[in-house]
Amino acid sequence: MTKTVTDVICPFCGTLCDDIEVVLSDDGKKILEVMNACAIGNEKFHHSQAADRPKRPRMQQPDGSYKEVSYDEAIEYTAQMFVKAKKPLMYGWSSTNCEAQSVGHEIGELCGAVVDNTATVCHGPSLIAIQDVGIPSCTLGEIKNRADRIIYWGCNPAHAHPRHMSRYSIFPRGFFTGKGQQSRKVIVVDPRPTDTSNMADYYYQVEQGRDYELLQAFRTALHGHWLPDMVAGIPKEKIYEGAEVMKSGRFGIIFFGMGVTQTLSKNHNIDAAIMLTKDLNEFSKFSIMPMRGHYNVTGSGEVLGWQFGFAYGVDLSRGFARYNPGETTSNDLLRRGEVDAVFVIASDPGAHFPISSVKKIAKLPSVAVDPHFTPTTEICKLHVPVAFVGIECGGNAYRMDNVPIDTRKVVDPPEGMLTDEQFLEKVLHRVKEIKGAA
Amino acid sequence: MAEYLIKNGFVFDPAQKIKGDVADVAIKDGKIVKSVEKPKVIDAKGMTVMAGALEVHAHVAGPKVNIGRIFRPEDKLFTYRPTEKNHRMEGGFSIPTTYKTGYAYARLGYTTVMEAAMPPLFARHVHEEMRDTPIIDEGAYPVFGNNWFVLEYLKNKELENVAAYIAWLLRVTKGFAIKVVNPGGTEAWGWGLNCLQVKDPVPYFDITPEEIITGLIEANEYLGLPHSMHIHGNNLGNPGNYTTTLDTLKLAAGHKAKNKFGREQVMHHTHIQFHSYGGTKWADFESKARPIVDYVNKHKNITIDVGFVTLDETTTMTADGPFEHHLTELNHLKWANADVELETAAGVVPYIYSPDIFVSGIQWAVGLEIALLSKDPMRCYITTDHPNAGPFTRYPRIIKWLMSQKAREEQIKAFKANDKVVNASEIASIDRELNLYEIAQMTRAGPAKCLGLASMYGGLKPGQDADVAVYDFNPDKEHKPMEIEEAFSEVKYLFKTGVPIIMDHKFVSEGRKRTLWVDAKVNENPQVVRDVKEKFLKYYTVTEKNYEVVGKHFIPNPYAIEVDATH
Amino acid sequence: MNTVTLTPKAKPDLYLEVDNITPDRFAGKTNEEIAALHLYEGSTQHALGKFFDVAGSSGPTAAETKIVIKGDASRLKYIGMKMTAGEIVIEGNADMYVGAWMRGGKIQAKGNVEAFAGTGMKGGEIQIDGNAGNYLGSAYRGDWRGMAGGTIRVKGNAGSDTGYFMNGGTIIIGGNVDVHVATHAEGNGKIIIKGNAKSKVGGQMVGGEIYIFGDLEVPMPTFEYRKDVELEVDGTKAKFALFEGDTAERHPKRKGETIYGKIYMKY
Repeated sequence: MTKTVTDVICPFCGTLCDDIEVVLSDDGKKILEVMNACAIGNEKFHHSQAADRPKRPRMQQPDGSYKEVSYDEAIEYTAQMFVKAKKPLMYGWSSTNCEAQSVGHEIGELCGAVVDNTATVCHGPSLIAIQDVGIPSCTLGEIKNRADRIIYWGCNPAHAHPRHMSRYSIFPRGFFTGKGQQSRKVIVVDPRPTDTSNMADYYYQVEQGRDYELLQAFRTALHGHWLPDMVAGIPKEKIYEGAEVMKSGRFGIIFFGMGVTQTLSKNHNIDAAIMLTKDLNEFSKFSIMPMRGHYNVTGSGEVLGWQFGFAYGVDLSRGFARYNPGETTSNDLLRRGEVDAVFVIASDPGAHFPISSVKKIAKLPSVAVDPHFTPTTEICKLHVPVAFVGIECGGNAYRMDNVPIDTRKVVDPPEGMLTDEQFLEKVLHRVKEIKGAA
Repeated sequence: MAEYLIKNGFVFDPAQKIKGDVADVAIKDGKIVKSVEKPKVIDAKGMTVMAGALEVHAHVAGPKVNIGRIFRPEDKLFTYRPTEKNHRMEGGFSIPTTYKTGYAYARLGYTTVMEAAMPPLFARHVHEEMRDTPIIDEGAYPVFGNNWFVLEYLKNKELENVAAYIAWLLRVTKGFAIKVVNPGGTEAWGWGLNCLQVKDPVPYFDITPEEIITGLIEANEYLGLPHSMHIHGNNLGNPGNYTTTLDTLKLAAGHKAKNKFGREQVMHHTHIQFHSYGGTKWADFESKARPIVDYVNKHKNITIDVGFVTLDETTTMTADGPFEHHLTELNHLKWANADVELETAAGVVPYIYSPDIFVSGIQWAVGLEIALLSKDPMRCYITTDHPNAGPFTRYPRIIKWLMSQKAREEQIKAFKANDKVVNASEIASIDRELNLYEIAQMTRAGPAKCLGLASMYGGLKPGQDADVAVYDFNPDKEHKPMEIEEAFSEVKYLFKTGVPIIMDHKFVSEGRKRTLWVDAKVNENPQVVRDVKEKFLKYYTVTEKNYEVVGKHFIPNPYAIEVDATH
Repeated sequence: MNTVTLTPKAKPDLYLEVDNITPDRFAGKTNEEIAALHLYEGSTQHALGKFFDVAGSSGPTAAETKIVIKGDASRLKYIGMKMTAGEIVIEGNADMYVGAWMRGGKIQAKGNVEAFAGTGMKGGEIQIDGNAGNYLGSAYRGDWRGMAGGTIRVKGNAGSDTGYFMNGGTIIIGGNVDVHVATHAEGNGKIIIKGNAKSKVGGQMVGGEIYIFGDLEVPMPTFEYRKDVELEVDGTKAKFALFEGDTAERHPKRKGETIYGKIYMKY
């Protein structure tokens, strides 16, 4: 008899769907079917079952090839690297649980590391903007139950967060929104037409790099002030019209993505979008939310926040925590040659960082902890494969609206494999031993 | 476990009516005992010995506290304390990191702290932060005053159902008490609206704040919980709001505490300083501490904590969403808001209580007047509504102001508009100086009784938990005001559940902190089970199965207080 | 005024944090005591003397102490941090945070400086003969109280985010600036750009003044032309077009008149 595990949490994107059902083989060891998940989530569950996945650590040899080593050797290499470094970088954290993050931070504190997560190439600018002007926001259920104005700005959930629109924003019927989609007006702002913009009642094809100007123009239009005839490629009449649509709703939400966080003006775009939201609260009720990418990048920011007071780019090198994006953020540290060892976990900078940074990682003592083979694992000196969080072990994660959801273990990891948390615990223990002896 | 004997200190223990007698305190197996055989002796000669203090209301863990931390990097600039032996790094002034929160409370002699507002959907977050807060025992109050289940059950006068729902929610969130914040007003904030008076209707729910408050008092006593209904009333922070506060306090009339914990109040009104304002606008703002305290003095079924303004740059944070929006419109500083589906909301805004601004000066006076006019220190507690009126690390300064008229005079003199402060309050004419026994009542025995925890905490009677603080302060000597503040800023010795935590001003251990929660048994209630199932299916965005907080990661060391409310 | 000369003699593997290199720290100290001051390279603590030869002598007070860094300072962070008086001359390039949280005295950098020079500056003078990096004269993260006083003069170009959250003081750029100038400025700070500006100039500005001598690539849509004015700006007399904004922001009223951020464009 197959058995079905219900209420499984999908460990892929920040939507953190928690209604997945997984069908297991009779012996409970194999995942046969995954229900309710989107195509990407479905793939992640099945991917964990691949026969050729790495199961033991691999150490780079002088000729560039990799040789299998024991977990003990991997723990020793990692601990020694941390202890010897003057300023190690600990990057990633976004696809693992809060338990592992917490252990990693203790290592960072003991070894004077910089702890940074994937927000640094993603929603870091959103965090800067939040620090400058705040963030009026809400949980996703508030949108489902109340919202009648939905704005997607610089993001394409139809592809990146496939179930976002059906679970939370455009389609669901909630307590005060019994008519679902019919009761909602959708605005999309994007320089390119997308599958999301196809769904919009109002689509604004903004000129690339001019989101800041358009956002400020919307804010000015809310109060009926003067505008030039065209702003960011949009005629002013359309801007006044859009402002009226926003004002006339009872509850509105702006979702934004990397189309505004990682293009010209970065944090300033988000700053202006937050201020637009704040202004709209003079007329209506409005919220704003970043479309966080990795399923637990939000959690990494939360744990860093309560332990050190900063959500990413946390420099612990001098025994106290400091933070300043542009200095304490991974690409700046790598570009400038500020770090002398690199530890990567639960992310893939090899695929997502500029090539100049990737080259720097390749030259330094480096460890990549990841269940997959990735571009990062192929340039680091040591690759430590681990169990899949959310599939082979549980642990806490935070959804894009900061709601914490405890992920579920569905199957056992391959025999003898460690989880992120177990591996880090062992490294921490070894670091303490070495430091105590020194 | 080792035995300890704290010898020859001046002991202040209202639980046993000990008023500064020189006595010994013996500790064995985590408890206070009558005598010990081979103890390690701590010489406390010339020092003040008290039980560990209790915090009844502070925002120290959870989503809005962390928004505060994350969105205020400037709060940590140049104030960090580096990693030391037995000691993680500590950062933040008004919103300290979790580690600092634990260490800083311990330094002040506090051993038990209640997180004042836990959004149920975020219970895991609250517990994760409490786990990372060393030393102190903690509990958290889930918020109920705007919860859709509560509003619907109370609208239909279904007391048994609301009680069963409360028992369920306390269990799944591992919560400690019933917290109410701006009843009805925070739900109205879902639409950008508010309920300022106790008779204002809550949009779409056909109920009023006074019905919510009364209903939750009744549910609390039906369940017989250790603590009472704990309320932050409507209309916080506005000139002239003292009438709303009186309307709120009057709702306790006729209700009697029913519980096995020795608690006598049915309503705890928190940070009442923010609710004791006269005038019609900021220009004619004035203190109305006296009518509020007069009412509280006469009604033994009410307790209060003050929410003293400490005159610092701080960070305000509350589940009173509409208030924080109002505040950001006043001071134009950054504003975070976090509405929570079906349950509550929260807002966060930095705020500067400047001695140069007369309103801040009057707020400072209101807090002190409440404490000094209060006739029963067992029913009036020291808080700053941390970090709203100021950080809890300022308690020693508050103790100084309470114990020394001279200290108050110095502060009044330092206000830029001191004549305005004096004219709009009666602080200058109050000469009362509290003594250490009264301070111990306001920080130990009183809060312990109010929380229903007097059998464990707040005293030094044999059988109670060995939470003991020793301050390098000789009550027989004359002290300059500043010496009072300094002495209470840092304990010389601290024991938590019999474990030495601070010895000679140095941390030696992080103890084994516990998470307190209330496990209330009620009759089976299929109606509530059905309602919960339906709401999760239709309106929540998490499934019912993914709602409950379970596991060691969240609560490594739970301490459940059991209540039998089966009828 | 006495002069202490620091001559770099070793290159660190990483970067050095030299927040102790200020006239305030050096004043009244012997050269041996100065050489014993701490520097940090990541988590490692070094003595200043390991990386610098110390010559000359300090004055009895900060105001009477001048520090000359003779050589490359491009791996030194926090030169002159929080200084209140005296003088620092950097003969080469310098890294981040030159004169951050400075209150008084003077710093001259003969080369380029990296980002965050003059962060949270309250007073004093910074002169940069080369180019400045991003966030010149800006606020620390999250703080709404940026540069409050003092003067920063750059002969070359400046990066993005010059004068972020500026509340007072003056910044003069001889060359061009990158995007975002005086964003969120409030109060009466003044930024003079002798060269060209790109875009987002004055965005979210509540108060303060920007003068642009060259071209502005893309103006903010939320600044409105008011009138032409004749002015003398940093020694140059000319006709300027006055624009006021940012109209998306709230603007305080003074004596019945609404106060705006002002951008003056030279004809």
